[in-house]
Amino acid sequence: MIKPRQTPMRQQKPGVRIHNFDEVPLGYSREEAVREAERCLQCQYPTCIDGCPVGVDIPRFVGQVARGHFDAAIQTIRETNSLPAICGRVCPQETQCQGTCALGRKFDSVAIGRLERFCADWEATKGFEPARVPATAGVSVAVIGSGPAGLTAAGDLRKDGIDVTVFELFHVAGGVLVYGIPEFRLPKRIVRREIDALCSMGVNIELNVVVGRVLTVDDLFARGFDAVFVATGAGLPRFLGIEGEHLGGVYSANEFLTRVNLMGAHRFPQYDTPIRIGERVVTIGGGNVAMDVARTALRLGAKESMIVYRRSVEELPARSEEVEHAKEEGVAFQLLANPVRFLGPDDELAEVECIETKLGERDRSGRRRPIPIPGTEFILESDTVVIAAGNQPHPLIPRTTPDLKVTRRGNIVADPVTGETNLPGVFAGGDIVTGAATVIEAMGAGKRAATAIGRYLGVSTGADAGESQAA
Amino acid sequence: MNRILGKRRLGPGIWEYVLEAPDIARAARSGQFAVLRLHEAGERIPLTIVETDPRSGSVKLVVQEIGKTTREMAAQFHVGDCILDFAGPLGEPSRIERYGTAVCIGGRVGIAPLFPIARDLKSAGNEVVVILGARSAEFLFYERKMAAVCDRLYTVTDDGSRGERGFTSDVLRRLVDSDQRIDRVWAIGPPIMMKVCAEATRFAGIPTVVSLNPIMVDGTGMCGGCRVDVGAKMRFACVDGPEFDGHQVDFDRLMARLRYYARCEAEAADRYEERIGSQNREDAR
Repeated sequence: MIKPRQTPMRQQKPGVRIHNFDEVPLGYSREEAVREAERCLQCQYPTCIDGCPVGVDIPRFVGQVARGHFDAAIQTIRETNSLPAICGRVCPQETQCQGTCALGRKFDSVAIGRLERFCADWEATKGFEPARVPATAGVSVAVIGSGPAGLTAAGDLRKDGIDVTVFELFHVAGGVLVYGIPEFRLPKRIVRREIDALCSMGVNIELNVVVGRVLTVDDLFARGFDAVFVATGAGLPRFLGIEGEHLGGVYSANEFLTRVNLMGAHRFPQYDTPIRIGERVVTIGGGNVAMDVARTALRLGAKESMIVYRRSVEELPARSEEVEHAKEEGVAFQLLANPVRFLGPDDELAEVECIETKLGERDRSGRRRPIPIPGTEFILESDTVVIAAGNQPHPLIPRTTPDLKVTRRGNIVADPVTGETNLPGVFAGGDIVTGAATVIEAMGAGKRAATAIGRYLGVSTGADAGESQAA
Repeated sequence: MNRILGKRRLGPGIWEYVLEAPDIARAARSGQFAVLRLHEAGERIPLTIVETDPRSGSVKLVVQEIGKTTREMAAQFHVGDCILDFAGPLGEPSRIERYGTAVCIGGRVGIAPLFPIARDLKSAGNEVVVILGARSAEFLFYERKMAAVCDRLYTVTDDGSRGERGFTSDVLRRLVDSDQRIDRVWAIGPPIMMKVCAEATRFAGIPTVVSLNPIMVDGTGMCGGCRVDVGAKMRFACVDGPEFDGHQVDFDRLMARLRYYARCEAEAADRYEERIGSQNREDAR
């Protein structure tokens, strides 16, 4: 008998959690994990793996969980995924592995993400066992950026015996995992744990190194690196280009989240970085970042937190779980509306003028285009507005590597499979190539690039071996 | 971790630090800055790199006690101590060319970032005129250092305790009005000083470079907090700057954005003073 519904995961109650930054979902117990894993049909021709950008052998690890073989399960995951505790928490599973789960056609899909998280957390409770690393291959790779793409590439390269140094320009490794995603969704100790695991494999991480300025890509080759992987991700925020964006109280999501997540502004004045917000916070955008901002605002003490999104609920790009969590916590949604200008006397924001929108034809992204309806302007009184409209590619490497081919928007041009750029030995992947995408897509790019770099350096990789078996 | 190799008082609340940072010492060019974080709970603050010594692997910074971090640094970080994080160089270097005659204006702590620019302009073959301004004689520093790298030096103080009495922009206006040819102006100092200097050269059409220090969180091209309106376009001081065409910068908006966090900064600084004060009282017991 198949249980039609997913085993629910315990979580902090909304009324409690809006007063703290602790993680919201609390994870499965062993019993819950086994019960959920038993729902898996163990399809002969599984479709879930195709939905995973890093190709985790999902039926195998879920089967191992069902039998209580948690050790084996995490091993299975780690064969292809260096950051399981992170993916289990932030992947958009509903559009990936769970979206292609056969069970999901009739009932709830298997809660693959929750099971992955369970395995990774279970591993952490019993102490981490460093992965065995083959003898050094005698070649070394410089990875620029320690976000999901860089960390994944570093882990995979290291597994093949390649020496890896990751250069990070911030004072903490993790990229968007630490400055972007809030503590209540991805605790920083989890990120730390995954990075420690990489370091225990021999991955070397150098912080506070501004590659492009203190060292150029050419300098890295001169220092003896045999290849370079550029994974510098997203950079400067996009603003809306409307009146009043200079006002005090108008933030980009990057600034708002960086102040809190990276700099600890929610603990000001124990921490030195402040954040100023008022009682009414308006967040512009409908993605995961917008949800993160709106929920962070509540935790910082905002009385009202509202999302303004120019399309309808169906088009919200955020994970459904994030939207649900935001609603439970009391975030208001002003859908089908777009800001027109920000107003404020004395150079501080006081009002957001919006206009109602309706949906027109589908645009190139396949989503219906929002069209403003003349005469429907309305005012939202607001002390703080946060713009979560995406980011431009990080400018440093394109600007300081003159021959590197970039698109008009500043993204590095790289082969989608191998990550090769126009410069020999220079590979790139993640948001710096694709523009803003998800953690797991960046990890997929890191993984593919690691395989290609191994091949470029003449080191036979585990991934290569797997491919040749399959062929 | 970056060790403090030297520390020297330049004036009331003005300190010169020498930090061990070999890679930055090798790579930094005049006009660039670095970001510093004192300790685990610290904020990231941008500081202009004043001088570098690739041989000893050190960089020189000038820190003025304004907010909590700078006061804490002055009070508690001495030679031999380490700064937790130091990243750079950041920003675009100054465009040093042979322009002809360059007038370099440094107001208050802006004297520090001005020094390497004046020095490099001089060695690029320019005739360099320097105008230094401070509140009073005791706040003035680098006078002799500047004199060594320029052809003419004017000193101005608000109260006339050193040099002439008035503002740097008074001297600049006089030079602009004279028949002295000026090919380029650099003005670095408080936003209001840079604004007035840019106005002084606008009519004469003399290209005027200013170096902006807006609010920055990361300083590396991520947060967008340092956005400034330059020629009605949004630019980012950390990666597009810190130098911009002074005739195009909207200084009023820059100053407004700086004010937005002034209250938080004052609160943090006051709390720090209180804590240090009570600690000192306990130590005294």
